[in-house]
Amino acid sequence: MDIRIEELSKQFGRYPAVENVSLHIRSGELVALLGPSGSGKTTLLRLIAGLEQPTGGRILFGDEDASRKSVQERNVGFVFQHYALFKHMSVADNIGFGLRVRPRAQRPRRADIRARAAELLDLVQLPGYGDRFPAQLSGGQRQRVALARALAIEPRVLLLDEPFGALDAKVRKDLRRWLRELHDKTGHTTVFVTHDQEEAIELADRVVVLNKGVIEQVGTPDEIYDAPASPFVHGFIGEASSLPVTLSNREVWLEDRWTGLRCNGTGEALLFFRPNAVDVVEECTGCIAGVVVGSRRVADRKRVEIEIGKGRHRIEIDLPADRSAAERHRIAFRPTNWHIYPSAVGRVAPARALVDA
Amino acid sequence: MSDAIFMRFRQPSVLPGFGLTLGFTLAYLSGIVLIPLAALILKSAGLGWADIWRIATDARTLAALRLSFGASFIAASINAVFGLLLAWVLVRYSFPGRRLVDAMIDLPFALPTAVAGIALTALYAPNGWIGQLLAPLGLKVAYTPIGIVIALTFISLPFIVRTVEPVLRDLDREIEEAAATLGASRGQTLLRVLLPSLMPAILTGYALALARSIGEYGSVIFIAGNIPYVSEIAPLLIVIRLEEFNYAGATAIAALMLAISFTMLLVINLIQTWNRRRFGHGS
Repeated sequence: MDIRIEELSKQFGRYPAVENVSLHIRSGELVALLGPSGSGKTTLLRLIAGLEQPTGGRILFGDEDASRKSVQERNVGFVFQHYALFKHMSVADNIGFGLRVRPRAQRPRRADIRARAAELLDLVQLPGYGDRFPAQLSGGQRQRVALARALAIEPRVLLLDEPFGALDAKVRKDLRRWLRELHDKTGHTTVFVTHDQEEAIELADRVVVLNKGVIEQVGTPDEIYDAPASPFVHGFIGEASSLPVTLSNREVWLEDRWTGLRCNGTGEALLFFRPNAVDVVEECTGCIAGVVVGSRRVADRKRVEIEIGKGRHRIEIDLPADRSAAERHRIAFRPTNWHIYPSAVGRVAPARALVDA
Repeated sequence: MSDAIFMRFRQPSVLPGFGLTLGFTLAYLSGIVLIPLAALILKSAGLGWADIWRIATDARTLAALRLSFGASFIAASINAVFGLLLAWVLVRYSFPGRRLVDAMIDLPFALPTAVAGIALTALYAPNGWIGQLLAPLGLKVAYTPIGIVIALTFISLPFIVRTVEPVLRDLDREIEEAAATLGASRGQTLLRVLLPSLMPAILTGYALALARSIGEYGSVIFIAGNIPYVSEIAPLLIVIRLEEFNYAGATAIAALMLAISFTMLLVINLIQTWNRRRFGHGS
């Protein structure tokens, strides 16, 4: 099911949770809504489901306007962060609930509902769990039951609100891979909300990055990671360090020192780079140099914190784990992959760094 | 031997003190509940089975017991419905004066029951505010079993509201939303999702309201009219027997009430346990 969101807004009192959001979700796509808490991602998902009423804009399911329809009529599968299973019903009854509450004419026979529940339990890899109660299942199992329950009504779109948020790291990883496989198998249009950028990048076909109720960027995981459209996206996705710089003569200057980078534009700007995308250099005419103030081990690299210049800006770079980086030592480096954004006070707006050093 | 049994029930816990707390519980229960009740049973046992049977099957006793338990059941049932409604409104909606309504619910607890009885009688008597409206319809409330039901409904209202309220407040809104996304109408959500989740709390409140109503005396005797065989409740019959210095007769009726009440509460408790087990809680 194709979903078109047109200039959608939602205000809670005077607080705008979602502002003028337009988005096109293609049929069969797996889309992540990513953002920090308070970014409006859950509100957007609930608006699509019909659990919230928009204050402006439209939502189209295919060609039909869904925004005037009730939750019940929209036929969406919704999976909640805390499962929201019916505790007084067995697993099979939970899964069959959506079929049992249908009007009499469309209601499948009792035996068919049982069979459908058993089939879905196979799909979510919990065969034979039908007679248990939610209290007897682990968190990961409960979430899979919740998913089976949502799939039972043959939804036009599957919506998941932080589906793995309440699970521990190991189960999360397994379920993530499993959800991807399930999506490829069933082909439902799926939208899920997460604040975990790793999860969004690993799982989704496309990622929608939200901040303060507006969309910052929509793109494939590669686009989001390699070409972040704004300082916010750069800072939110993956690790990032930033420094205030000045642009002049197609050169990027940090205080009174040339960084060795070239870029169009003039005036104040912000330089962003990732800790792992730097070359450490010995002596340089164009580089960034600072004093080591701390280091710690991160996976197979050593992350070093460096204090730079009179402004005492602190940034982080990665070094090989065996390289020594004693405190108070001077260290110089040059980013190999970086982006320039207009600073908050800057007057110029260079679109993107163009020339490498 | 007894030590082994004791140890079997003992479970390791971060808060020790199983022995102390269980000992205190038993001693306390004995002092406050068991000893007075045992004395009651002992006293009535001195009567001999034949006498107890004679008093128990006495038409006046039977009528009083039937009235007491019947009126209590009706009152508790009325409160189960409307108490639930009240709790729902208090938890789910905010409106001006909500705090005030909230405080008013506990009034039947605080008011001396005799005051409640007199107030209700004044209202429902044939020349009272409400009674004079009902009189032309041929409906007599005061001095009839209907009056008793009204008095019992009044005094047992807080039980259902106060037991359901916290459970309702803690009830996850998401399960209602989940039901809605699955296509359930509001009625279906209420009947199939909400009520079953609230059932244990409603049952607890029901049991408390029932127990309170069965033992109620003060408010009822004013509105009941106390006509033997018609509107005379069992607790009143006990008092009448006492005033006749017929202590054996009084204790016999008391022991009967005790037995019936205990059986009823036990049944309600068993239903609760069965309910919990069905939901997969507990062992």
